Amino acid sequence: MTDATGPIKAADGRPLKASLNRALRREKMRALMLIAPLLIFVLVTFIAPIGDMLFRSVQDDITSRTLPQTVVALDGWDYDSGSPPDEAVYEALYYDMFFAAEAKKHTALGSRLNYETTGISSLFRQTGRALDDMGEDVIEAMEDNVEALDDSAFWAALFLTEDPVDAGNANAALSWATSVADEPVRLPEGLQMSVAGATVFPKAAAQYVAFAAFTHTVDEDVPAEEDPWESVWIAMAQDTSDAGFADRLANYTGPGAAELAPLQEAVAAPLAELSFQAAFLDQDEDWADAEIWGTIQAFSSPYTAGYFLTAVDRELTPAGAQVVEDDVKIYLKLFWRTLWMSLAITFSCILLGYPVAWLMANLPDRSANLIMILVLLPFWTSLLVRTSAWKVLLQQQGVINDLLVWIGLVADDGRLALINNATGTVIAMTHILLPFMILPLYSVMKGIPPSYLRAAKSLGATNWTAFWRVYFPQSVPGIGAGSILVFILSIGYYITPEIVGGTKGVFISNRIAYHISSSLNWGLAAALGTILLVVVLALYWAYDRIVGIDNVKLGG
Amino acid sequence: MGLPPYATFGQRVWYYTFRVLVGIILFFLIAPIITIIPLSFNAQDFFTFTPEMLAFDPEGYSLKHYRAFFGDEGNPGTGLLIGLGIGVAVFAALFFMRGSKNVLPIIAGAVLGLIIGKMWGVEGTEWMTPLKNSLKIAPVATLISVSLGTLAAIGLSQSHVPFRRAIMAIMISPMIVPLIISAAGMYFFYSRIGLQGTYWGVVLSHAALGIPFVIITVTATLVGFDQSLTRAAANMGANPVRTFFKVQMPLILPGVISGGLFAFITSFDEVVVVLFVGSAGQQTLPWQMFTGLREQISPTILAAATVLISISVVLLVTLELLRRRSERLRGMSPG
Amino acid sequence: MRKSLVMGTSALVAVAGMAAADGHMASDMTLVSWGGAYQASQQNAYVAPYLEMNDGVSAVWDESSAEAVAKLRAMAEAGNVTWDVVDVVAADAIRLCDEGLALEIDHDEMLAAAPDGTSASDDFGDLIVSDCFIPQIVYSTTFGYRTDLVGDTPPTDVCAVFDLETYPGMRSLERRPINNMEWALMCDGVAADDVYDVLETEEGQAQAFAKLDTIRDNVIWWSAGADTPQLLADGEVVMGSTYNGRLFSLIEEQDQPVAMLWDAQVFDLDGWIIPAGLSPEREARALDFVRFATDTQRLADQAKYISYGPARMSSAPLVGQHETLGIDMAQHMPTDPNNAQNTFLYNYEWWADYRDDLDAKFQAWLAQ
Repeated sequence: MTDATGPIKAADGRPLKASLNRALRREKMRALMLIAPLLIFVLVTFIAPIGDMLFRSVQDDITSRTLPQTVVALDGWDYDSGSPPDEAVYEALYYDMFFAAEAKKHTALGSRLNYETTGISSLFRQTGRALDDMGEDVIEAMEDNVEALDDSAFWAALFLTEDPVDAGNANAALSWATSVADEPVRLPEGLQMSVAGATVFPKAAAQYVAFAAFTHTVDEDVPAEEDPWESVWIAMAQDTSDAGFADRLANYTGPGAAELAPLQEAVAAPLAELSFQAAFLDQDEDWADAEIWGTIQAFSSPYTAGYFLTAVDRELTPAGAQVVEDDVKIYLKLFWRTLWMSLAITFSCILLGYPVAWLMANLPDRSANLIMILVLLPFWTSLLVRTSAWKVLLQQQGVINDLLVWIGLVADDGRLALINNATGTVIAMTHILLPFMILPLYSVMKGIPPSYLRAAKSLGATNWTAFWRVYFPQSVPGIGAGSILVFILSIGYYITPEIVGGTKGVFISNRIAYHISSSLNWGLAAALGTILLVVVLALYWAYDRIVGIDNVKLGG
Repeated sequence: MGLPPYATFGQRVWYYTFRVLVGIILFFLIAPIITIIPLSFNAQDFFTFTPEMLAFDPEGYSLKHYRAFFGDEGNPGTGLLIGLGIGVAVFAALFFMRGSKNVLPIIAGAVLGLIIGKMWGVEGTEWMTPLKNSLKIAPVATLISVSLGTLAAIGLSQSHVPFRRAIMAIMISPMIVPLIISAAGMYFFYSRIGLQGTYWGVVLSHAALGIPFVIITVTATLVGFDQSLTRAAANMGANPVRTFFKVQMPLILPGVISGGLFAFITSFDEVVVVLFVGSAGQQTLPWQMFTGLREQISPTILAAATVLISISVVLLVTLELLRRRSERLRGMSPG
Repeated sequence: MRKSLVMGTSALVAVAGMAAADGHMASDMTLVSWGGAYQASQQNAYVAPYLEMNDGVSAVWDESSAEAVAKLRAMAEAGNVTWDVVDVVAADAIRLCDEGLALEIDHDEMLAAAPDGTSASDDFGDLIVSDCFIPQIVYSTTFGYRTDLVGDTPPTDVCAVFDLETYPGMRSLERRPINNMEWALMCDGVAADDVYDVLETEEGQAQAFAKLDTIRDNVIWWSAGADTPQLLADGEVVMGSTYNGRLFSLIEEQDQPVAMLWDAQVFDLDGWIIPAGLSPEREARALDFVRFATDTQRLADQAKYISYGPARMSSAPLVGQHETLGIDMAQHMPTDPNNAQNTFLYNYEWWADYRDDLDAKFQAWLAQ
């Protein structure tokens, strides 16, 4: 009797449970194999792009990338002090900005920060042009007293070497240059930073390496044939003011040792007068404004909540998140408008779709299918064309107003404003989305046996009671399915509100499109899109819970 | 739902009022379409019913927008003849082999012949090139969404699929995510991987947008599918591929075709994504309409629309005929 | 069934193959412009002649100028620039040049000199507003009005737009602050020279919005260049702002009862840029094309098709008659002395700073 207590076995002698499990697993695998190609396809062509875009709503590394040293130097500065930062910050800004201007990255940063504080765009652009002239006196003194510096090859010999034995570590300078230029830069093949030159002129060597790498990689020129930028000269002059510079130069035996001897003395006087802060303020006194520096500081982290704050009518200021002033509040209003107008559209669709679906469900199939063709025909006509047709119909000198005037319902000077406002959007979008309401309603109503209604009537119910108490409750799932479908589709609409919505009938999508193609504030567009997407996904989740996505039918 | 002979006066009034009401709603649905057809014959270059048009003065009407749409190039006559010839041949073959009296091949052949004859060798015209581009993009996108979508729908319809809801949600997402978000995301991402502004970029994006329609319609057909049929086929020695093509496919074909038509029209009518993902070489018909509306309002757009509506009507009638055929095949009586 | 499926599939694959083979050929030059009549004028005046002179080169038009900055930025991000020559407004050219997305041009070296030997930079003069910008035309944004809807006193002054009593009815204005804010201030008693100084202050902005408030319920806001002509043709608006070339075509080509109100027209520039980062061959060809397309005769030719002023001084005397209508085009140019009695040049630098801020305020004001 041991068999009775042991596991039941299948024909091949394995335990039945294991055998069934194996079959189940195989079935699961087969199903997944069928699903996999599409799943991968959708993930790559659709989900990845969406994720990529959503990431832009928090990514904001342009400040830290373009002004890396400034951002670090600014770390110790306190916005609340109200005073401009100290000289070290201006010095860092000079070198960052000089390189950024050569790489043409500073104006992109200016445009980015201009979203937050008006005026930064031109501040950056104009300062970028003036950087060459900063420290003119120093450079002149160098040119006058060390003629060798006029020779591009002299610089190259000083700071670059082909001999691996003399090679110093240029990684810091190169990674700085790569960050500012926003593309990988490297020194020409076989050339490295000369450790001898870098010992005497640490700052200048770093600047020169950055210059040489940029010249080689981006401009595709030979560094030894190009004059170094002014920033390299200034760096060299600054190096002479170090304590111990004289000793280092004395120990230096590399190329140009003799020519460089008069350098320190020559630049001493003009260098003492050089103040980066003064030079920047001279260019534009806004550089003393704590507001400007506060903005740079507030957006110096590679990730920001700033776009999301803007998307809900807040702003990230140096003093923290604040509600924006009333005269620029728009996004919350647009979100609400999008929601309530989508609701209005959904209700109009129910109102118009219900009778049509009911008639279709109660007619013989052949007649019902004719109506179905009428329902689907607009669905298959270009959206743009339908929307423009509504323009022709709805405008003040349009067909509907003409008809109303002709009938005498409205006076000629009191024509109705049916377009370029919320009414126009609701009418046109109801028309466009109506098939999405009728189709699910119809499929639900088809499943309601007509005998229920007859039974209710034969039991004494009036037509209305029979409909309201018996038929209608059974059609509610159809209304639910259609409503959520219409609602979800309508809150994402863009083309139709753009054409017929005027100013009072546009949706949040129109604003997103504007930020993508006109204002180029892609981060804000992404943040607005993320919020919209979250709303839609919540609705989809509700839809799936209430109706089940399997129960949607298109085309009967 | 006929009116019973014993209906009271009130019921009669309600019956007719209701039908008039539904008639008005249906009229609302097709009003824009009715509007654009006469406007496409406008003699003027605006979307306006001119006084001449309202007075039915022949002066107010013209075919110039159709001429502008079709251009002078190409030879539709030859194409039409060849298309008709092929259509008749296919019809004859079907008639003799299977006794089919379906005249669809002739109509389809003629229409295709017209279009191909018109566009053959045409380059750089304002409307024919976009039409050609649309016809290059939409079928390929449809093919991708239909083939992958049908397989996945069959997979999803099996019992015991793990993470079914999540998978379904991902596959339906192209329909749910607001288009502008999809467009922007694809624009940035495709730029990064070098697909932006390429033919395949547009095709892949349109295929993704068409997938939910295929999934929804095919899943719906599979709900009514009797799984014992595949088991029976397997029992009789058919391999899975043969079972699929001989048993499953014919039965779910209406769903596949209807999903495919939805996917096709999604691509054919799509403007937001193509504006972002496409470039000059992929300018589709809706794109041309969109720039037309923005830069140069001209009823040529309406002529284009009228032509497309005619094609839609043909397609819709095809769909209805196919549906009736499938009902016959399944042994359901056509109602 | 299976056979037809196989046939269908192979047909589709064939189509796909055809399409793929039909891709971008090396000799294709992608020109980006605005579409419509403007693009047609470019096609007729110099693209077609250029292609005729250069066998083997073909041109593809991309009507994406409205999104040029966004698309070029995305292309540069991806490192794959597919455009060769791009037509943009001056403000966009400045922005593209700033971001390093456009090629810097040596105007004297890369562009043709005038027939009398004047160098290109002198011939274009102040219109070279950016190092990357190759000016093409001067256009203006101005008002047109329905002659049959304004009674016996046709407007002569831009402030008629704000005068609802004399000219009741709707107006159409562009859905952006640029131009509208300036007109509002000028019609509220601010001298043209002070407009930007006033607009820089909070009070000045409030003043402009207050002035716009007075006509707010009577404005249809447009966003596409084709909107105002359609609205005027329908009689939906009494007057509306748009580009002067659109009005010319509405009046002269379409024969509508509309007249121009040149007062306080705002000049703007349109021209070519060449994207940065093209391969040397493509860059050379783009420069070759631009050299041809912006020479004195070609710019004058363009004026035969559309009423925009050629950007070269040397082209002005060569402007002739309209290609099909045969009317003298000089008098329809925005730069014609009769039309340019009271003009306004919009300040690119100023707007580059204030666009984001004022636009946010403007959109919020519209949504109120």
